[in-house]
Amino acid sequence: MIGERVLSLGVLAVLGGVALLAAATDEPFTITLATRVAILALAAAGLNIALGLGGLVSFGHALFFGLGGYVMGILAFHAQTYTPLDLGLFEVAGTKSMPLIWLAAVAVSALVAIPVGLLALRTSGVYFIMITLAFAQMFYYFTISWSAYGGEDGLSIYVRNGFPGLNTLDPIQFFGLCFALLCVVLWLSARLARSPFGLALGAARQAPARAEAVGFDPMRLRLVAFIISGAIAGLAGALYADLNRFVSPAMFGWHLSGELIVLVILGGVARIIGPVVGAGLFVMLEHFLGQVTDFWQIWLGLILLVIVLYARGGIVGLVSPRRTGHG
Amino acid sequence: MADPVLEARGLSKSFGALVANDAVTLDLRPGEIHAVIGPNGAGKSTLIAQLCGALRPDSGEVRLQGEDVTGLSVAQRARLGLARTFQVSALAMEDSVLENAVLGALGATGSPWRFWRAALSRPTLVAQAEAALDRVGLAEARHRRVADLSHGQRRQLEVAVALTLGPRAFVMDEPMAGLGSEGSADLTRLLDALRHEAPILLVEHDMDAVFALADRISVLVYGRVLMTGTVAEVRASAEVRAAYLGDAA
Ligand SMILES: Nc1ncnc2c1ncn2[C@@H]1O[C@H](COP(=O)(O)OP(=O)(O)O)[C@@H](O)[C@H]1O
Ligand SMILES: [Mg+2]
Repeated sequence: MIGERVLSLGVLAVLGGVALLAAATDEPFTITLATRVAILALAAAGLNIALGLGGLVSFGHALFFGLGGYVMGILAFHAQTYTPLDLGLFEVAGTKSMPLIWLAAVAVSALVAIPVGLLALRTSGVYFIMITLAFAQMFYYFTISWSAYGGEDGLSIYVRNGFPGLNTLDPIQFFGLCFALLCVVLWLSARLARSPFGLALGAARQAPARAEAVGFDPMRLRLVAFIISGAIAGLAGALYADLNRFVSPAMFGWHLSGELIVLVILGGVARIIGPVVGAGLFVMLEHFLGQVTDFWQIWLGLILLVIVLYARGGIVGLVSPRRTGHG
Repeated sequence: MADPVLEARGLSKSFGALVANDAVTLDLRPGEIHAVIGPNGAGKSTLIAQLCGALRPDSGEVRLQGEDVTGLSVAQRARLGLARTFQVSALAMEDSVLENAVLGALGATGSPWRFWRAALSRPTLVAQAEAALDRVGLAEARHRRVADLSHGQRRQLEVAVALTLGPRAFVMDEPMAGLGSEGSADLTRLLDALRHEAPILLVEHDMDAVFALADRISVLVYGRVLMTGTVAEVRASAEVRAAYLGDAA
């Protein structure tokens, strides 16, 4: 049995180590895989706040992932075509600056999460799942018909966006950025889970009547969790688009929403490092089994089945069972 | 006479054809324990749900410290100083005993919007929580998970969380249920002292506890208040005897 903190640091060290080793031996493809792990883990870490801490099974987090992707795509598109972006009331210039793009991705995702959350949170259970799915599908079909930004074909960005002081075209440097953001978000999530807000949100999930009886409105707690969760997924989407230098409606697809849930469950619901473990396993299966068979997802399905049936705490739960409370 | 802290004025509530509460009027005055007794299905929990805001009455109103709170939510009434315990424990089962009590202490601050410093490393919250756990006799168990507690300990924790709120009035739904005789005796002593901090509306089946504690008793039968009186008056009433008390009186 390993303590949670040790396990978390260990998992992050492995991910960082793999990327560094790949850089040393000049294997950019492995670095790209590690970057993919970091970005998917970041998105799943966002989902984990809604799903794990808040108990909100969102089957529409691709909505935020896609929004982040399109924010990046649109800003970079206007920068590379030297055309201003007309926002109705005023025009802004496009940008190739990652920090600005991240800020915009987080802001747009959080803003969209407000009405989506307000509507979806009026329901629960399977209806919540369906409404979140429906919102993501709406954006999916909208972007398919949005010819200004490539429609169905998506939008290519020719050169990866920049970050002050770094050469983001160098795979290991871009990995470093994604990895650093992942670490920061995981650290913030760990704090959030233990904070008064996390305690109240946990109570609203486990015993809503209790949360109300001490004076908290469970709905508001969930809404704030949903917004934070969506903002993080949006950030991940912007990075993902930068990794591929490409955005397409598929980023809004229900496949992706489902994958994010799978990552969280594989790793361990509500476990801080769970998303990284889930994403690592997912990308490895996809890569290694994917070379052998096109039907690698069958194996993923089997693993998921075993975990749901016999190991509810996911892989993290097997290695490091939960102690008393959050103690 | 001092103004009542909590009042039910003509509360009626029906579930379909079933009249669960029929124009129930009663009040809770400073410093008292007001017991509500009655057979199963009399409408006691329905009354509590309306007082606390979980159920909207069909008619009638609820007043807290003289203010009409009928339109307010459970959370709003809690913030105005109404603390309840549930007949069936409603606790965060995966969390520790201390965390549940800290949740109550956090509730007393009125705001959950603190995202930075850990709840368990906030000295005032923890001190308040530990004091409450101490009073109900759960200090030793504070690091255990609620899921691992005995039924009786969960009942005690229900009371402890209500204590952390530092409320203006307590509403308790059968806090003694399943406690055993020693546990009931302990809790009886605690409630006896507690009434001086805030009055208690006590729904309880344990007649020994009710007769030992109550300043006044209201008898609820078929959703209606049959009578309200002192312990002696209620014990002497032939009507109550027939309707409910049987041999217990
Ligand atoms: N939500 C509900 N829907 C339908 N009937 C209910 C509901 N809640 C309570 N009742 C009925 O109302 C009556 C009073 O119930 P309750 O207030 O729980 O009684 P007590 O707490 O005195 O045992 C019972 O007959 C019960 O079956
Ligand atoms: Mg009852």
